[in-house]
Amino acid sequence: MFRRFGAYIVLVPFAVVLGFPFLWMLITTFKQDLDLYNADTTPYIYNPLQWRFWESMTTKHIEYIFTETKYVDWILNTLAVSAVVVGITLLVSLPAGYALARLSGSWGQTAGIGIFLVYLVPPTLLFLPLSPLVARLGIGNSLLALIVIYPSFTIPFATWLLMGFFKTIPQELEDAALVDGCSRLTALVRIVFPISLPGILTVVIFGVSLCVNEFIYAFTFITSSDNRTISTGVPNELIRGDVFFWQSLMFATLLPSLVLAFLYNTFLDKFIKGFTGGAFR
Amino acid sequence: MSWWRNLAESRRALAVVLIAPAVLFILLVVGVPLVWAIYLSLTDAIGGSLTGNFVGLDNFTHAWGDANFRKALQNTLVFTFGSQAIVLVGAALLSHQLVKEFRGKWILRMLVVLPWAAPVALGTLGWLWIFDSLFSVINWTAGHPIDWVLGFVGIDLVDPINPPQWLGRANLALIAVIMVHAWRVLPFAVVIFIAGLASIPTEVDDAAKIDGADGLKKMWWVTLPLQLPIALVALLFGIVFTAADFTVVFLLTGGGPFNATQMLTTWSFQIGINSGSLGEGAAISLYLFPLLAAVSIAMLWFARRAQVS
Repeated sequence: MFRRFGAYIVLVPFAVVLGFPFLWMLITTFKQDLDLYNADTTPYIYNPLQWRFWESMTTKHIEYIFTETKYVDWILNTLAVSAVVVGITLLVSLPAGYALARLSGSWGQTAGIGIFLVYLVPPTLLFLPLSPLVARLGIGNSLLALIVIYPSFTIPFATWLLMGFFKTIPQELEDAALVDGCSRLTALVRIVFPISLPGILTVVIFGVSLCVNEFIYAFTFITSSDNRTISTGVPNELIRGDVFFWQSLMFATLLPSLVLAFLYNTFLDKFIKGFTGGAFR
Repeated sequence: MSWWRNLAESRRALAVVLIAPAVLFILLVVGVPLVWAIYLSLTDAIGGSLTGNFVGLDNFTHAWGDANFRKALQNTLVFTFGSQAIVLVGAALLSHQLVKEFRGKWILRMLVVLPWAAPVALGTLGWLWIFDSLFSVINWTAGHPIDWVLGFVGIDLVDPINPPQWLGRANLALIAVIMVHAWRVLPFAVVIFIAGLASIPTEVDDAAKIDGADGLKKMWWVTLPLQLPIALVALLFGIVFTAADFTVVFLLTGGGPFNATQMLTTWSFQIGINSGSLGEGAAISLYLFPLLAAVSIAMLWFARRAQVS
């Protein structure tokens, strides 16, 4: 009995609790103000306003986001920063991850973990000196500040994952290429990188997600509404003093969350492979 | 033309060339600010400046003398270990089920992964609405359907006239931030646990079966001991991510009510940015450092052991 249905008995309650905030966001998004701010009715359903039941749901708060706020700009800012940061990250981490996995032998492991430990140095420790530094360099309130700083956490993370992936590619494959007259660099570009494409894609997805998630740097470095990322734009601009635009806030949250969750879920198995491939077996 | 070709063929030299950019970048954007933070903590630097007069350990002793700081230190520990306790139990339960194959796994796994995938600042906004002082859906659900059922046995969870103010009462607010952070970190711990389970060779399973270990027996004598190292890795990660978290507490309570949920991170922001005492703010955030160092050393030790075996 438990053997057969155990998965559901354990998973369904957890899935309900973990997923509930998103269900609540979805319900909230389409609510009329009068319905939302009424403590006497059941909050889980759309209560008709008088007899006009067809007006009990509304999309006007979604329209508000796209017409009255800079939501689209924030998304574009976030994507631009993520793209450049992930580009820099790959450029630096691909060779490093490969070298740590292959060429450097026994101290490679130690060096790899050393780089990874840097990932554990939290932004909350670094933002205080970085904040005046960024202002002094004249890149305060600019996306450039984020582009320079974000690789500080994406590079350690990506190097670690890529090291894991490269370790799963058999050395014999490269040796064969070397025997066939390839140089080591050609072997790298022609043989190793194409095989590790899924791994690279995984690094891209989780790298982008790290950039989307980042809050404290974006919050302290960027002050104008135009240059905000999605993580700081939504809480800063859709909450005005004591006024919360709840329906709009919930949709603004739901959209990126679902997209990222879909990507995460799709690449989860690859992520697990890279994560354990490095060490900690 | 050929010097770089020679370089490329020499393994040791090539390794150095390939790793150097990563190391240089990290030194520049992590090493320099870290050293600078330590320097600032020893000076009387104020907001917007990069230098100050050397004041020794004054910032550290001054911060310690503040009751709010000690409350923040205590909160950070309660917050970290409270949420990690929930996370470890949840991750152990979930990961064992998620390694199986069954119908509907994709969608259930997607729901489990959601809190981790959602940008942390935005997910926290969802909870801000769930904990709303007037329209909290938790209070409504506990006050109406659940209390209606419990009413038959004479229990009343929520007083509709005076419902719990989740973010307005000191203890409830601390419970709220712990819950939200556990909610957020749990999926990540589940993923690390799955990785750990996946790395247990199937031979072990077969051997256990031959020896007659099954069900709980196998769980206790075979799976748990093998899973302990990866569970500790997940715990170490969780400790760092939680102790250093700023976003959840900042957006959910802002450290309130009346500094009841200040953490080291939010308190250092309060002092270093809002009050402009950059030096003391840096000192406060550096109180996190011993914890991070301990975790890092533990990680290194584990990796070393994993390498030997």
